[in-house]
Amino acid sequence: MIFAHEFMRNALLAGTFVGLACGLVGYFVVLRAQVFAGDALSHVAFTGGLAAAAFGLDILAGVFAATILGGIVIGLLGDRARGDDVAIGSFFAWSLGLGVLFLTIFTTQRSAGNGTAGVRVLFGSIFGLSGSDVRISVALSVVACALLLAIARPLLFATVDDAVAAAQGVPVRLLGLGFLALLGLVAAQATQAVGALLLLGLLSAPAGAAHRLTATAYVGLLLSTVFAVASIWIGLTLSYVFPTLPPSSMIISAAVGIYALALATTAPRARAMTIT
Amino acid sequence: MPEAAAFQGFSWNPITDLHELFAYPFMVNALAAGTIVAVMAGVTGWFMVLRRQTFAGHTLSVIAFPGAAAASLAGLPLAVGYFGFCGLGALALAGIAGTRRSLSAESAAIGSLQALALALGFLFVSLYHGVLNSLDSLLFGTFLGVTTDQVVVLLVVAIAAVGLVAIAARPLFFASVDADVAHAAGVPVRALGFGFLLVLGLAVAETSQITGALLVFALLVTPAATAHRLTARPVPGVILSVALALAVTWLGLALAFFSIYPVGFYVTSLSFGLYVLVRVGRALRRRRRASARLALEAA
Repeated sequence: MIFAHEFMRNALLAGTFVGLACGLVGYFVVLRAQVFAGDALSHVAFTGGLAAAAFGLDILAGVFAATILGGIVIGLLGDRARGDDVAIGSFFAWSLGLGVLFLTIFTTQRSAGNGTAGVRVLFGSIFGLSGSDVRISVALSVVACALLLAIARPLLFATVDDAVAAAQGVPVRLLGLGFLALLGLVAAQATQAVGALLLLGLLSAPAGAAHRLTATAYVGLLLSTVFAVASIWIGLTLSYVFPTLPPSSMIISAAVGIYALALATTAPRARAMTIT
Repeated sequence: MPEAAAFQGFSWNPITDLHELFAYPFMVNALAAGTIVAVMAGVTGWFMVLRRQTFAGHTLSVIAFPGAAAASLAGLPLAVGYFGFCGLGALALAGIAGTRRSLSAESAAIGSLQALALALGFLFVSLYHGVLNSLDSLLFGTFLGVTTDQVVVLLVVAIAAVGLVAIAARPLFFASVDADVAHAAGVPVRALGFGFLLVLGLAVAETSQITGALLVFALLVTPAATAHRLTARPVPGVILSVALALAVTWLGLALAFFSIYPVGFYVTSLSFGLYVLVRVGRALRRRRRASARLALEAA
């Protein structure tokens, strides 16, 4: 039944891989307390998509270029490649202004029938993915996960104690920049599935739940990924059963539901983070 | 924009141009609204940056969007939705900040709250089909469509918000700079933190009706961030923050009037440009001082 529709199969396949990437990267985002950077990058994705639309270029390419560049800019603005929130906020506000500009250019140039383009970039259209969209999404997700797992160990070290890591020769600043660029890649990849504005929930809620439940980094990484993928499946199923409910809202509601359950069932943890 | 065709355009004669600017009632209202919003954002934004609550501030400005969507779904006045949701959001954010766990946990909690707000907003918009076309104006506002009534409401809210911050300014500053010492000295740190978020929510809810949910944030954070880079002293800092917010708003409105591009673009670009200039300038000066000191030591 649920698998009988091609759009549903596409959505589940792409969604699973988006969940994998968001769960993995999100765990580091939460550990490094960089959810605000993810927030900013998801809005930069919106600006990039609209810029590409305004100039008649490929929207996906615009989103990728904007978020990866944005990740690097955020890393450079901060003092320690973690980005400080005020600098991120200023950059972020400007990117919103640019987004409005491109939206104006876009709507004045191609006014007919495309009034909802901004809405689509903002909130995603997971049920509208074509076979080739899914292939791109899966491939990018695999690349992002592989890159992240390759740097996972030194990145964890640099996250838990950057001074000691730097003293031992770990390139802390470079890792931080690389991680933000990777976050940009994931933001762009997830944008087409859950939309620029809802990406934040997939980054923060599953990882927040995992962070609450365990102090062991690798277990947390696994839990976060499982929660993210589960949110996608629950959300898509809900939206399939009740067609009036938009899938992106349901996915985020599921993710936040898991997070709320984790908060309700466990006491806040005082122990420090351990890597293994 | 149909209004844009009605006047002669930019003439390089400042007196004619100013005359032109004030000849249209919509422009007079936009300038008045912009001025009020800039003063309110300059003051509250300065404290927001001091307290490192940029993420919370952005979340509050996002929460305005589901508020408006819920109000239109329920058939209530939009203002009820804006104020109701921003108040609830301030409560939730104060709860998150009050538990004071790790930075990671706080970051995840605020992010999840914001995502939930957006998901709800989109859900309400989908359930209420009619509003989808005006979603852009819900997010980006209608600066040039402000009515005289709205200006009056805006003024009342701004006086309340700035007045509350002014009354609590000394203890709030103390609590923001060093919460532990302030607490030991008997300052009600938690109550102040909650009160500040409420005022911020009030300011944001009101402002987002004019500038849209997305652009409130630009006036709150960037002028204040620039002021903090220039001076650490509170009174000159707040004055500078307000002055910068006013300058970018006025210039942005004037530029938008004489071109086809939106106000939000000009306001954010001007303020971010200033911020970058100040940061680059400070970095250059620090480097010059350091090299001067090196030269002195060598000699």
